[in-house]
Amino acid sequence: MPDGLPNDGLVIVAKRDCPTCVLVEPVMQSLDRAGALAVVSQDDPGFPAGVRAVIDDRALERSFRLDVEAVPTLIRFAGGREVERTVGWDRAEWMRVAGAAAAGDGLPAWQPGCGSRSVEPGVRETLIARYGDPGLKSRAIAVGNWDDPMEACFERGWSDGLPVVPPTDERILRMLGGTERKPDEVVGLIPPNLAPCTVEKVAINAVMAGCKPEYMPVVLGVLEAALDPLFVLHGLLCTTHFSGPLVIINGPIARAIGMNSGTNALGQGNRANATIGRALQLIVRNVGGGLPGAIDRATLGNPGKYTFCFAEDESDPAWEPLSVRRGIAPGKNAVTLFHGEGVNGFIDQKSRTPEELVRSLAMGLFGVGHPKLCGAGNAVLVLSPEHYLIFKDAGWDRRRLEDALFQALKRPGRDVIRGAHDVPEGMPPSMADQVVDKFPPDGLLIVRAGGEAGLFSAIIGGWPGQSVRDECQAVTHEIR
Amino acid sequence: MSSITLRDPTAETSPTRRARLAPPPSLDGRSVALMDIGKARGAEFIDRLEGHFRKAGIATRRYRKPTNTKVAPTDLLQKIAAENQLAVIALSD
Repeated sequence: MPDGLPNDGLVIVAKRDCPTCVLVEPVMQSLDRAGALAVVSQDDPGFPAGVRAVIDDRALERSFRLDVEAVPTLIRFAGGREVERTVGWDRAEWMRVAGAAAAGDGLPAWQPGCGSRSVEPGVRETLIARYGDPGLKSRAIAVGNWDDPMEACFERGWSDGLPVVPPTDERILRMLGGTERKPDEVVGLIPPNLAPCTVEKVAINAVMAGCKPEYMPVVLGVLEAALDPLFVLHGLLCTTHFSGPLVIINGPIARAIGMNSGTNALGQGNRANATIGRALQLIVRNVGGGLPGAIDRATLGNPGKYTFCFAEDESDPAWEPLSVRRGIAPGKNAVTLFHGEGVNGFIDQKSRTPEELVRSLAMGLFGVGHPKLCGAGNAVLVLSPEHYLIFKDAGWDRRRLEDALFQALKRPGRDVIRGAHDVPEGMPPSMADQVVDKFPPDGLLIVRAGGEAGLFSAIIGGWPGQSVRDECQAVTHEIR
Repeated sequence: MSSITLRDPTAETSPTRRARLAPPPSLDGRSVALMDIGKARGAEFIDRLEGHFRKAGIATRRYRKPTNTKVAPTDLLQKIAAENQLAVIALSD
């Protein structure tokens, strides 16, 4: 039993901030006069007044070791072992545990207590880390008090170049509180080293990325989608091309965790957007061993390889969300992963009809990869609200827009073959008399996002690996 | 002095450092695997290499990964190892 408590006698855990504890202060004084009593005081060593043995438990160690969930808690020990316990104020219960001195004349017969400070949000995990067994399996690394833990993370190669949140036990335990999945569950094998990644390792890297615990289901869903063989994460990681994983979130969880699908949706400033995408990259780096300049052979890369994640704007029920278009039931949470290069801004402030805007968008989309390359990589079109309104006001839905763009993205072969327009790059000369599609029928993913003002949409080019359609595609998974 | 404890975010695996095989003193009587990893124009590069080996009287065998986006399947690697003593893996674009 915790130090300072009687082997035979009563212990009461209380706090001044609890009205019920204040209510029973005379009862505690009465019990003190009657025999052995220690009061464990959580917030004020001067409370309760008139009791000889008040133990200052502002560090909450004794409350934690006694496994107290509410105050007041009355416990009777005999021979160093707990034999009775009651919570809150209940005259009959207190008299059963402590005898007649607990009658509390003049008090109401019953009054519920308050939550113990030791189980307040975030506190319990800190107490487990300090006084209990956190149950974590990952190697513990001691950093001296004179050392900066952020610098220690840099020195060990755990960072993407930006500071990371040091993964302490209490932070990891809080992160694990965001999922019901067991810490030792293996989520999958992370390329390039095909190293097993447990939920605990996900939590550690999510801490480092800056995630909140409520992001954990999304981070786990993103990782599972990334490990779908059809996504070819290994190939994406080691390519010389620009691309990295682009994460698009659909469903009510995006709103629940405060993701941004509006103004500056592809930019900085939103914690969930920023840290969920970053967590995936840190997992690949730290667990999988995917290091830039080593297995990551990108010629130039792109800033999205720090993090590239946003939510779709689902505020208009007339618009079919991307996840639903890709086979997920309406209202379900889902992640879509795409092999995305950087954002290419598309400006059109003159088109006023759907037909005009489709022709204009097609001109922008032809530039993906190279204007003369077709089927060499897919694309995401992020349709801004003002551009979307042009289609909506004309009664167009997603399917009609997709069909129109597919038709508009056909090119005469002679325009795109090698040597055409005095440019060597292009399609094989044998395609000169064919009509060539820029993308396969499902190769253009349209998603709605962005601020209300601005006739600007965004084109995010894909990865040439997508040209082998049976082997490499964007993937959409429901978030469990 | 007390310290702060962090948890290792890595897979906690240590790579095994293996010494590089010594180059053979001669290629006489040996077969060289020429593996096209499936990237654009890889075949052109292999063609050139194959020509140089042929002029030098060195036997070659050609192989190709099913796709450049994924690692080579184990059975292909085993086949290359069984049939050859050296290998050239072509990276090209």
